[in-house]
Amino acid sequence: MQVFPFIVVAWIAGVGLYGIVTSRNLIHQIVCLIVVQSSTYVLLLGVGYVTGAVAPYYYDVPVHTPAVDPVVQALALTDVVVEAAVTALLLSVAIQAHKRFGTLDPHELAEFKG
Amino acid sequence: MRPALRRWVFLAGAAGLVAFYLWGLSGLPGFGNYPGPYGPAILRIAVAQTHATGVVSAVNFEYRGFDTVGEEFILFTAAAGTAIVLRMLRGERERPPADEARDRDVPPTSGAVRTVALMFTGPVVVAGWWLASHAQANPSGGFQGGVVLATAFILIYLAGEFLTFRRLSPTAIADAVEAAGAGGFAAIGLAAVCLGLPYLDNFLPLGQIPGAVSSSGTIALISFFVGLEVAAAFILIVSELLEQTLLIRHGGG
Repeated sequence: MQVFPFIVVAWIAGVGLYGIVTSRNLIHQIVCLIVVQSSTYVLLLGVGYVTGAVAPYYYDVPVHTPAVDPVVQALALTDVVVEAAVTALLLSVAIQAHKRFGTLDPHELAEFKG
Repeated sequence: MRPALRRWVFLAGAAGLVAFYLWGLSGLPGFGNYPGPYGPAILRIAVAQTHATGVVSAVNFEYRGFDTVGEEFILFTAAAGTAIVLRMLRGERERPPADEARDRDVPPTSGAVRTVALMFTGPVVVAGWWLASHAQANPSGGFQGGVVLATAFILIYLAGEFLTFRRLSPTAIADAVEAAGAGGFAAIGLAAVCLGLPYLDNFLPLGQIPGAVSSSGTIALISFFVGLEVAAAFILIVSELLEQTLLIRHGGG
């Protein structure tokens, strides 16, 4: 069994999670979250891959040519859109946190209440 | 939580995650051997059934169309949420983006940036519409096309100034376009219901040539509305973020 793509997934998710835990800046932390989410694209596309198959588009190849799984590709597309939405929301929350408390350091922010 | 304790909690959690990941991997069929059955079943019937040669679009806008409605409303909600989170707070006021430090020389936008941004605006609009209207043929679709379309407005911001960006993409119009995009998708679904079909059923003629612009019935139409919604949502999100840095200031009342 070829495991290299799944090692890449674990690596991307791992560095992202480590970044989230150790980060001292909200913006940096949000970027780390994007990195973690990127690992899911590799995972989804890795799961649906079929050796020697074409992309699931029959525009210029005959119908019934073996193709990789279209469902996980559609899921990856959903994933990208949701990530963009989540990132926009998180960034706006970070802007307001900085305006209100004057810091982007999550450790200092944790000391504020309310 | 102290940083050291924090790291230990993370390591314990990560160990658990690794264990679950390995357990999950051991059940996978192996890279390159995807067995189906769902994906291959769709591959077998999609072109004949929907006349879309882009099977991913067929999945997104037809087989999993109901999920995509939800996905589109996630983006809709995020744009609304950004507007709410970034509203003007107490003790803030909006004022025109006048120069606050008059003695400071603001470097003008360089000629190279202006030229390149303006040069790309037209082609980017064309590319965006092309992507949004070819979901049924190739790896494009409303989501991709919408983002590219929104980029055209951001190029205008880069080439000129914030006020031009605002004049060309007034929030009221972007709001309306976003609502039309999101509502249009939902309405196509309801139109099928009115015809006595299941929600989001493909009730339009499928066209003769699979993959042609006029083919695939509601898939092409939904992709068009998704393109509108995504472009407007991204323009709104970007202009909210720009407003924060350029227009809204502390103090005053």
